[in-house]
Amino acid sequence: MVEQVSVFLENEPGHLAELTRALAAAGINMRALVVADTAEFGVVRIICDRPRAAKEALEASGFGVTLTRVLAVQMPDRPGGLAQVVGVLSDAGVNIEYMYAFVEPGADAAVDIVRVDDPKRAAEALEDAGVRCLRAEDLYATEDAGSS
Amino acid sequence: MSRAQLEELQLRRLRTVLARVHGNVETYRRKFDEAGLAPASVSSLEDLEAVPFTVKDDLRAAYPYGMFAAPLHDIVRVHSSSGTTGQITVVGYTANDISNWADLMARTIACAGGTADDVVQVTYGYGLFTGGLGVHYGSERLGAVTVPISGGMTKRQVQVMRDFGTTILACTPSYALLLAETAGEMGVDVRSLPLRAGIFGAEPWSENMRRQIERALDVKAIDIYGLSEVLGPGVASECLEQDGLHVNEDHFLIEIVDPETLEPVPDGERGEVVFTTLTKEGIPVIRYRTRDISRIVPGECPCGRTFRRMERVTGRTDDMLIVRGVNVFPSQIEQVLAGIPGVAPHYQVILSKRGAMDHVEVHVEVVPDTDFDEIRELETLRRKVASEIQAALAVNLDVKLVEPKSIERSQGKAKRVVDARSEQGGV
Ligand SMILES: [Zn+2]
Repeated sequence: MVEQVSVFLENEPGHLAELTRALAAAGINMRALVVADTAEFGVVRIICDRPRAAKEALEASGFGVTLTRVLAVQMPDRPGGLAQVVGVLSDAGVNIEYMYAFVEPGADAAVDIVRVDDPKRAAEALEDAGVRCLRAEDLYATEDAGSS
Repeated sequence: MSRAQLEELQLRRLRTVLARVHGNVETYRRKFDEAGLAPASVSSLEDLEAVPFTVKDDLRAAYPYGMFAAPLHDIVRVHSSSGTTGQITVVGYTANDISNWADLMARTIACAGGTADDVVQVTYGYGLFTGGLGVHYGSERLGAVTVPISGGMTKRQVQVMRDFGTTILACTPSYALLLAETAGEMGVDVRSLPLRAGIFGAEPWSENMRRQIERALDVKAIDIYGLSEVLGPGVASECLEQDGLHVNEDHFLIEIVDPETLEPVPDGERGEVVFTTLTKEGIPVIRYRTRDISRIVPGECPCGRTFRRMERVTGRTDDMLIVRGVNVFPSQIEQVLAGIPGVAPHYQVILSKRGAMDHVEVHVEVVPDTDFDEIRELETLRRKVASEIQAALAVNLDVKLVEPKSIERSQGKAKRVVDARSEQGGV
């Protein structure tokens, strides 16, 4: 499981820019950033190399931040890969709250970020089905090794 | 006393006081003459509507003794109004005024269930402020044991409360909470003490705060009302029913007026509270605009007292908004927010124009430890705030959740209302 940074964002011009500036200033390296917004406000979800540092930096800039445990599923690289993941979770009686995907640099496979109501059961079910869940180290291995 | 008898008494006293101020106070003489009003022509309580209003500025302009309707020779005491802004004002009392005041405060303590067997700890400040001495004389008049401890020295207050067997506490509601907290730190179990009632006033407080105090001190928390321009404490008091404050109508005429038009509003509707003193000699006030917002609580009180009740003061006209014809007081919004976990009591009301229509948006801060990942819960929170505001204020306002600590904190009076209508070019 990996930690995702969730940030509350007012739907106002400049707020997202401010958020990204705060992360840049703290030297945070992002893998993925998605904005889920409603008419009234948005929630920005971020996968990055140092979630705790990101939380601190954002809070120092006045943002409301929550760290959330999410599954990072390595998608089977073939047609029906996503269907398999969703199927496994559904068979295990796990509810998916939301999901989004990004492609790992230099890799063919996509990473699917999934928030579920029962992460433990979800991880076990996926493992049993032979689907790999990534750990934080897997995601940031490139940065750690190649950082100069 | 029947309503008819009371009104007869009120009219008789009203005519006397109008003649008194017209004869003795330059400000009133000028106002009445300008309005073409002869005090002798007032032949019914309804005629009061033709009498000019008095405002705080009238008292300021007459500083120090210009509004006194008795010669200084007859004045036996002065107090001063707490001037949060600008110049203080002086109020004077004749010996009769002091005696009436003591009666009214004895009535107030009795309203809270007090008798000659009680021990009343007077924690309001003694001095120019009317609170301390006002309660003091009333408690003595009632025949209770009076403890004139005044404010401050919180630990000693707790000791005295325990050692003297205080049964009635008189202080500001916020100080009552501090006392409870301090007692806890000192290891004194206040709930096991004989304390059974508190008469709290001199600052606005909410139902939530009442419940907090009642839990912390195991007392009946009674709201009392008064202002130095009108008398000090003793103008109105809740009874043990805690449903509105009985106005001492034999000494004060209460009116509720629309603060914009100054027309009277029907019973039950909110507006600005206006008082006319009926018996004061030192410094009577005629149709004094308090700036406090309240309403007459309709119907009769189960306690049997027939004096009408005013609702606890819910705000000040200074910060009142009119939204789609409904009077909205930011303090009411604050009270709603205080009862909802997940939001801070920091808020701002933003007025803007959408086309020709006024648009009102309430910005409400979420607290930092909210789970920000849960959009559904944030939506639920927003809807909850909106529906509770709707329930409390009878008006539907758009609620916007804003980031923690994003609303400007101010040292003094917070800027709760932002009027952006003119910036957009106005109407
Ligand atoms: Zn009553």
